[in-house]
Amino acid sequence: MMKKLKFYFELFYVFFKIGAFTLGGGYAMIPLIQKEIVDNKKWVTEDRFIDILSLTQSAPGPIAINTAVFISYELSGIAGVFFGVLGSAMPSFFIILAIASIFNNFNENIYVIKAFNVIRPMVVSLIAYSVYKLGKNVVKDKRMWIVIIIISLIIAYLHISPIYFIILGVIYSIIRVVKKWGN
Amino acid sequence: MGELILLYFTFFKIGLFSFGGGYAILTMIQQEVVYKQAWLSSTEFVELIAISQVTPGPISINSATYVGYKVTGTVFGSFISSLGMISPSIIIIILFAIFFRKFKDSKLVKYLMEYLKYAVIGFILAAALLLINKDNFMDYYSYIIFLVSLLLLYKYDLNPILLTIISAIVGVVIY
Repeated sequence: MMKKLKFYFELFYVFFKIGAFTLGGGYAMIPLIQKEIVDNKKWVTEDRFIDILSLTQSAPGPIAINTAVFISYELSGIAGVFFGVLGSAMPSFFIILAIASIFNNFNENIYVIKAFNVIRPMVVSLIAYSVYKLGKNVVKDKRMWIVIIIISLIIAYLHISPIYFIILGVIYSIIRVVKKWGN
Repeated sequence: MGELILLYFTFFKIGLFSFGGGYAILTMIQQEVVYKQAWLSSTEFVELIAISQVTPGPISINSATYVGYKVTGTVFGSFISSLGMISPSIIIIILFAIFFRKFKDSKLVKYLMEYLKYAVIGFILAAALLLINKDNFMDYYSYIIFLVSLLLLYKYDLNPILLTIISAIVGVVIY
Protein backbone atom coordinates (compact mmCIF):
# COMPACT_ATOMS: atom_id res chain seq x y z
CA MET A 1 0.00 0.00 0.00
CA MET A 2 2.69 2.47 1.04
CA LYS A 3 4.75 1.42 -1.95
CA LYS A 4 1.82 2.05 -4.25
CA LEU A 5 1.11 5.46 -2.75
CA LYS A 6 4.75 6.36 -3.08
CA PHE A 7 4.67 5.42 -6.75
CA TYR A 8 1.52 7.50 -7.34
CA PHE A 9 3.24 10.44 -5.75
CA GLU A 10 6.28 9.87 -7.93
CA LEU A 11 4.07 9.78 -11.06
CA PHE A 12 2.42 13.02 -9.98
CA TYR A 13 5.78 14.65 -9.30
CA VAL A 14 7.39 13.62 -12.60
CA PHE A 15 4.46 14.87 -14.68
CA PHE A 16 4.18 18.02 -12.58
CA LYS A 17 7.82 18.73 -13.37
CA ILE A 18 7.24 18.12 -17.09
CA GLY A 19 4.19 20.38 -17.02
CA ALA A 20 6.01 23.10 -15.12
CA PHE A 21 9.20 23.28 -17.16
CA THR A 22 8.18 23.04 -20.79
CA LEU A 23 7.29 26.13 -22.76
CA GLY A 24 5.67 26.11 -26.19
CA GLY A 25 3.24 23.23 -25.76
CA GLY A 26 3.03 19.63 -26.97
CA TYR A 27 6.01 19.17 -29.26
CA ALA A 28 8.32 21.09 -26.96
CA MET A 29 7.44 18.65 -24.18
CA ILE A 30 8.64 15.54 -25.94
CA PRO A 31 12.37 15.89 -25.13
CA LEU A 32 11.66 16.51 -21.44
CA ILE A 33 9.21 13.60 -21.17
CA GLN A 34 11.86 11.38 -22.75
CA LYS A 35 14.54 12.61 -20.34
CA GLU A 36 12.38 11.97 -17.27
CA ILE A 37 10.56 8.77 -18.20
CA VAL A 38 13.19 6.96 -20.27
CA ASP A 39 16.58 8.26 -19.11
CA ASN A 40 16.03 9.13 -15.45
CA LYS A 41 13.22 6.88 -14.21
CA LYS A 42 13.71 4.12 -16.78
CA TRP A 43 9.97 3.42 -16.68
CA VAL A 44 9.89 2.59 -20.38
CA THR A 45 12.54 1.65 -22.95
CA GLU A 46 13.55 3.89 -25.85
CA ASP A 47 11.71 1.67 -28.37
CA ARG A 48 8.57 1.60 -26.29
CA PHE A 49 8.72 5.37 -25.97
CA ILE A 50 8.69 5.83 -29.74
CA ASP A 51 5.66 3.50 -29.95
CA ILE A 52 3.90 5.52 -27.27
CA LEU A 53 4.67 8.77 -29.06
CA SER A 54 3.32 7.69 -32.42
CA LEU A 55 0.22 6.41 -30.67
CA THR A 56 -0.39 9.46 -28.50
CA GLN A 57 0.18 11.73 -31.49
CA SER A 58 -2.27 9.91 -33.71
CA ALA A 59 -4.96 9.99 -31.04
CA PRO A 60 -6.90 13.22 -30.61
CA GLY A 61 -6.15 15.50 -27.68
CA PRO A 62 -3.12 17.27 -26.23
CA ILE A 63 0.09 15.25 -26.73
CA ALA A 64 1.32 16.00 -23.21
CA ILE A 65 -1.92 14.81 -21.60
CA ASN A 66 -2.15 11.79 -23.90
CA THR A 67 1.40 10.77 -23.02
CA ALA A 68 0.73 11.23 -19.30
CA VAL A 69 -2.41 9.07 -19.56
CA PHE A 70 -0.71 6.33 -21.58
CA ILE A 71 2.41 6.00 -19.43
CA SER A 72 0.51 6.29 -16.13
CA TYR A 73 -2.02 3.68 -17.25
CA GLU A 74 0.69 1.28 -18.39
CA LEU A 75 2.58 1.65 -15.12
CA SER A 76 -0.20 1.68 -12.55
CA GLY A 77 -3.71 1.54 -14.00
CA ILE A 78 -6.63 3.95 -13.69
CA ALA A 79 -5.52 5.34 -10.32
CA GLY A 80 -2.14 6.13 -11.83
CA VAL A 81 -3.86 8.02 -14.66
CA PHE A 82 -5.48 10.29 -12.09
CA PHE A 83 -2.11 11.23 -10.57
CA GLY A 84 -0.23 11.54 -13.85
CA VAL A 85 -2.84 13.78 -15.48
CA LEU A 86 -3.29 15.89 -12.36
CA GLY A 87 0.46 16.46 -12.26
CA SER A 88 0.79 17.43 -15.89
CA ALA A 89 -2.18 19.81 -15.98
CA MET A 90 -1.73 21.50 -12.61
CA PRO A 91 1.18 23.93 -13.28
CA SER A 92 -0.52 25.23 -16.43
CA PHE A 93 -3.85 25.61 -14.66
CA PHE A 94 -2.59 27.71 -11.77
CA ILE A 95 -0.20 29.87 -13.77
CA ILE A 96 -2.89 30.75 -16.34
CA LEU A 97 -5.43 31.43 -13.60
CA ALA A 98 -3.01 33.84 -11.99
CA ILE A 99 -2.45 35.62 -15.31
CA ALA A 100 -6.12 35.58 -16.39
CA SER A 101 -7.29 37.05 -13.12
CA ILE A 102 -4.90 40.02 -13.44
CA PHE A 103 -4.89 40.23 -17.24
CA ASN A 104 -7.77 42.71 -17.48
CA ASN A 105 -5.52 45.40 -16.03
CA PHE A 106 -2.37 43.87 -17.42
CA ASN A 107 -3.99 44.17 -20.84
CA GLU A 108 -4.47 47.95 -20.58
CA ASN A 109 -0.90 48.64 -19.60
CA ILE A 110 0.77 50.77 -22.31
CA TYR A 111 3.98 48.71 -22.28
CA VAL A 112 2.03 45.46 -22.55
CA ILE A 113 0.11 46.89 -25.53
CA LYS A 114 3.38 47.95 -27.19
CA ALA A 115 5.02 44.60 -26.50
CA PHE A 116 2.07 42.65 -27.91
CA ASN A 117 2.07 44.74 -31.11
CA VAL A 118 5.33 42.98 -31.96
CA ILE A 119 4.65 39.68 -30.18
CA ARG A 120 1.46 39.03 -32.22
CA PRO A 121 3.03 38.92 -35.71
CA MET A 122 6.01 37.07 -34.17
CA VAL A 123 3.70 34.34 -32.85
CA VAL A 124 2.26 33.94 -36.35
CA SER A 125 5.81 33.42 -37.63
CA LEU A 126 6.40 30.79 -34.92
CA ILE A 127 3.38 28.86 -36.15
CA ALA A 128 4.46 29.22 -39.78
CA TYR A 129 7.93 28.01 -38.85
CA SER A 130 6.53 24.93 -37.10
CA VAL A 131 4.83 24.04 -40.42
CA TYR A 132 8.25 24.12 -42.11
CA LYS A 133 9.95 22.22 -39.28
CA LEU A 134 7.35 19.46 -39.12
CA GLY A 135 7.07 19.28 -42.90
CA LYS A 136 10.81 18.86 -43.27
CA ASN A 137 10.64 15.54 -41.39
CA VAL A 138 7.25 14.31 -42.49
CA VAL A 139 6.80 15.32 -46.14
CA LYS A 140 8.98 12.98 -48.19
CA ASP A 141 7.11 13.49 -51.46
CA LYS A 142 7.31 17.21 -52.27
CA ARG A 143 3.99 17.06 -54.17
CA MET A 144 2.23 16.44 -50.85
CA TRP A 145 2.86 20.12 -50.06
CA ILE A 146 0.13 20.93 -52.60
CA VAL A 147 -2.33 18.81 -50.62
CA ILE A 148 -1.23 20.45 -47.38
CA ILE A 149 -1.64 23.95 -48.82
CA ILE A 150 -5.06 23.16 -50.28
CA ILE A 151 -6.25 21.76 -46.93
CA SER A 152 -5.00 24.88 -45.15
CA LEU A 153 -6.65 27.26 -47.67
CA ILE A 154 -10.00 25.48 -47.36
CA ILE A 155 -9.92 25.65 -43.55
CA ALA A 156 -8.68 29.24 -43.39
CA TYR A 157 -10.76 30.89 -46.11
CA LEU A 158 -13.89 28.74 -46.40
CA HIS A 159 -14.05 28.30 -42.59
CA ILE A 160 -14.45 24.54 -42.86
CA SER A 161 -13.69 22.75 -39.58
CA PRO A 162 -10.62 20.47 -39.52
CA ILE A 163 -12.92 17.75 -38.18
CA TYR A 164 -14.23 17.15 -41.71
CA PHE A 165 -10.71 16.43 -42.95
CA ILE A 166 -10.28 13.85 -40.20
CA ILE A 167 -13.61 12.21 -41.14
CA LEU A 168 -12.53 12.34 -44.79
CA GLY A 169 -9.30 10.59 -43.80
CA VAL A 170 -11.24 7.83 -42.06
CA ILE A 171 -13.43 7.31 -45.15
CA TYR A 172 -10.36 7.36 -47.45
CA SER A 173 -8.59 4.79 -45.26
CA ILE A 174 -11.65 2.51 -45.21
CA ILE A 175 -11.86 2.70 -49.02
CA ARG A 176 -8.17 1.78 -49.31
CA VAL A 177 -8.66 -1.22 -47.01
CA VAL A 178 -11.78 -2.38 -48.90
CA LYS A 179 -10.00 -1.96 -52.25
CA LYS A 180 -7.15 -4.11 -50.98
CA TRP A 181 -9.65 -6.85 -50.08
CA GLY A 182 -11.13 -6.58 -53.57
CA ASN A 183 -7.78 -7.32 -55.17
CA MET B 1 -25.09 26.07 -15.10
CA GLY B 2 -25.89 26.04 -18.84
CA GLU B 3 -22.70 27.99 -19.42
CA LEU B 4 -20.62 25.39 -17.55
CA ILE B 5 -22.16 22.55 -19.54
CA LEU B 6 -21.47 24.42 -22.79
CA LEU B 7 -17.86 25.04 -21.69
CA TYR B 8 -17.38 21.39 -20.76
CA PHE B 9 -18.75 20.06 -24.03
CA THR B 10 -17.04 22.67 -26.22
CA PHE B 11 -13.65 21.69 -24.77
CA PHE B 12 -14.61 18.02 -24.83
CA LYS B 13 -15.25 18.44 -28.56
CA ILE B 14 -11.94 20.27 -29.06
CA GLY B 15 -10.12 17.52 -27.17
CA LEU B 16 -11.95 14.83 -29.11
CA PHE B 17 -11.36 16.21 -32.59
CA SER B 18 -7.95 17.86 -32.44
CA PHE B 19 -5.15 15.72 -33.78
CA GLY B 20 -1.46 16.50 -33.63
CA GLY B 21 -1.35 18.51 -30.41
CA GLY B 22 0.21 21.94 -29.96
CA TYR B 23 -0.60 24.38 -32.74
CA ALA B 24 -2.93 21.92 -34.46
CA ILE B 25 -5.24 22.21 -31.46
CA LEU B 26 -5.15 25.98 -31.84
CA THR B 27 -7.08 25.76 -35.11
CA MET B 28 -9.83 23.81 -33.38
CA ILE B 29 -9.89 26.22 -30.45
CA GLN B 30 -9.97 29.13 -32.87
CA GLN B 31 -12.96 27.66 -34.75
CA GLU B 32 -14.94 26.89 -31.60
CA VAL B 33 -13.98 29.67 -29.20
CA VAL B 34 -13.50 32.62 -31.59
CA TYR B 35 -15.83 31.90 -34.53
CA LYS B 36 -18.58 29.72 -33.12
CA GLN B 37 -19.04 30.77 -29.48
CA ALA B 38 -17.41 34.23 -29.76
CA TRP B 39 -15.97 33.82 -26.26
CA LEU B 40 -12.73 35.49 -27.34
CA SER B 41 -11.98 38.11 -30.00
CA SER B 42 -9.30 37.40 -32.59
CA THR B 43 -6.96 39.77 -30.72
CA GLU B 44 -7.59 38.08 -27.38
CA PHE B 45 -6.98 34.74 -29.04
CA VAL B 46 -3.51 35.75 -30.24
CA GLU B 47 -2.74 37.20 -26.82
CA LEU B 48 -3.72 33.84 -25.38
CA ILE B 49 -1.23 32.16 -27.73
CA ALA B 50 1.40 34.69 -26.70
CA ILE B 51 0.69 34.01 -23.02
CA SER B 52 0.90 30.29 -23.74
CA GLN B 53 4.30 30.89 -25.32
CA VAL B 54 5.71 32.45 -22.18
CA THR B 55 4.01 30.18 -19.68
CA PRO B 56 4.75 26.48 -19.20
CA GLY B 57 2.39 23.62 -19.92
CA PRO B 58 0.31 22.31 -22.79
CA ILE B 59 -1.29 25.08 -24.89
CA SER B 60 -4.61 23.24 -24.72
CA ILE B 61 -4.77 23.34 -20.92
CA ASN B 62 -3.62 26.95 -20.95
CA SER B 63 -6.42 27.81 -23.38
CA ALA B 64 -9.12 25.87 -21.54
CA THR B 65 -8.16 27.43 -18.22
CA TYR B 66 -8.01 30.92 -19.74
CA VAL B 67 -11.31 30.70 -21.63
CA GLY B 68 -13.08 29.10 -18.65
CA TYR B 69 -12.01 32.00 -16.50
CA LYS B 70 -12.86 34.65 -19.12
CA VAL B 71 -16.37 33.26 -19.64
CA THR B 72 -17.39 32.55 -16.05
CA GLY B 73 -15.01 34.70 -14.02
CA THR B 74 -14.50 31.75 -11.67
CA VAL B 75 -11.84 29.15 -10.94
CA PHE B 76 -14.55 26.51 -11.24
CA GLY B 77 -15.19 27.58 -14.84
CA SER B 78 -11.50 27.05 -15.58
CA PHE B 79 -11.65 23.67 -13.90
CA ILE B 80 -14.68 22.53 -15.91
CA SER B 81 -13.12 23.65 -19.23
CA SER B 82 -9.84 21.90 -18.45
CA LEU B 83 -11.72 18.79 -17.37
CA GLY B 84 -13.62 18.87 -20.67
CA MET B 85 -10.33 19.17 -22.55
CA ILE B 86 -8.76 16.23 -20.68
CA SER B 87 -11.76 13.86 -20.62
CA PRO B 88 -11.56 12.54 -24.22
CA SER B 89 -7.80 11.97 -23.86
CA ILE B 90 -8.31 9.81 -20.78
CA ILE B 91 -11.08 7.73 -22.36
CA ILE B 92 -9.43 7.32 -25.78
CA ILE B 93 -5.87 6.69 -24.61
CA ILE B 94 -6.96 4.05 -22.11
CA LEU B 95 -8.89 2.32 -24.92
CA PHE B 96 -5.80 2.67 -27.12
CA ALA B 97 -3.60 1.17 -24.43
CA ILE B 98 -5.97 -1.77 -23.99
CA PHE B 99 -6.29 -2.51 -27.69
CA PHE B 100 -2.76 -1.42 -28.60
CA ARG B 101 -1.69 -4.55 -30.42
CA LYS B 102 -4.93 -4.88 -32.32
CA PHE B 103 -4.67 -1.27 -33.53
CA LYS B 104 -0.99 -1.45 -34.40
CA ASP B 105 -1.38 -4.26 -36.90
CA SER B 106 -4.50 -2.88 -38.53
CA LYS B 107 -4.12 -1.64 -42.11
CA LEU B 108 -6.89 0.88 -41.53
CA VAL B 109 -4.98 2.65 -38.76
CA LYS B 110 -1.79 2.57 -40.79
CA TYR B 111 -3.47 4.28 -43.75
CA LEU B 112 -5.22 6.77 -41.51
CA MET B 113 -1.99 7.75 -39.77
CA GLU B 114 -0.25 8.15 -43.09
CA TYR B 115 -2.97 10.58 -44.20
CA LEU B 116 -3.24 12.37 -40.86
CA LYS B 117 0.39 13.43 -40.71
CA TYR B 118 -0.16 15.56 -43.84
CA ALA B 119 -3.57 16.81 -42.76
CA VAL B 120 -2.16 17.92 -39.41
CA ILE B 121 0.48 20.09 -41.08
CA GLY B 122 -2.32 21.61 -43.18
CA PHE B 123 -4.22 22.39 -39.96
CA ILE B 124 -1.24 24.22 -38.51
CA LEU B 125 -0.72 26.22 -41.70
CA ALA B 126 -4.42 27.15 -41.61
CA ALA B 127 -3.97 28.50 -38.07
CA ALA B 128 -1.15 30.73 -39.28
CA LEU B 129 -3.16 31.95 -42.31
CA LEU B 130 -6.20 32.77 -40.16
CA LEU B 131 -4.03 34.90 -37.91
CA ILE B 132 -2.72 37.09 -40.73
CA ASN B 133 -5.48 39.69 -40.34
CA LYS B 134 -5.91 43.36 -39.46
CA ASP B 135 -5.97 42.67 -35.71
CA ASN B 136 -2.53 41.13 -35.66
CA PHE B 137 -0.94 42.90 -38.63
CA MET B 138 -1.84 46.49 -37.89
CA ASP B 139 0.76 48.25 -40.08
CA TYR B 140 3.63 47.49 -42.43
CA TYR B 141 5.97 47.07 -39.43
CA SER B 142 3.98 43.94 -38.57
CA TYR B 143 4.87 42.34 -41.89
CA ILE B 144 8.54 43.25 -41.46
CA ILE B 145 8.49 41.78 -37.94
CA PHE B 146 6.82 38.63 -39.27
CA LEU B 147 9.42 38.19 -42.04
CA VAL B 148 12.43 39.03 -39.87
CA SER B 149 11.39 36.64 -37.10
CA LEU B 150 10.62 33.92 -39.65
CA LEU B 151 14.09 34.42 -41.12
CA LEU B 152 15.70 34.30 -37.65
CA LEU B 153 13.84 31.09 -36.86
CA TYR B 154 14.83 29.55 -40.19
CA LYS B 155 18.50 30.52 -39.83
CA TYR B 156 19.10 29.99 -36.11
CA ASP B 157 16.14 27.88 -34.89
CA LEU B 158 15.74 30.45 -32.09
CA ASN B 159 14.10 29.48 -28.82
CA PRO B 160 10.47 30.75 -28.76
CA ILE B 161 10.92 32.07 -25.22
CA LEU B 162 13.93 34.14 -26.24
CA LEU B 163 12.14 35.40 -29.34
CA THR B 164 9.12 36.42 -27.26
CA ILE B 165 11.32 38.40 -24.87
CA ILE B 166 13.14 40.11 -27.77
CA SER B 167 9.78 40.95 -29.39
CA ALA B 168 8.46 42.51 -26.20
CA ILE B 169 11.54 44.74 -25.94
CA VAL B 170 11.35 45.71 -29.63
CA GLY B 171 7.65 46.53 -29.17
CA VAL B 172 8.31 48.88 -26.27
CA VAL B 173 11.06 50.60 -28.25
CA ILE B 174 9.41 51.04 -31.67
CA TYR B 175 5.73 51.64 -30.83
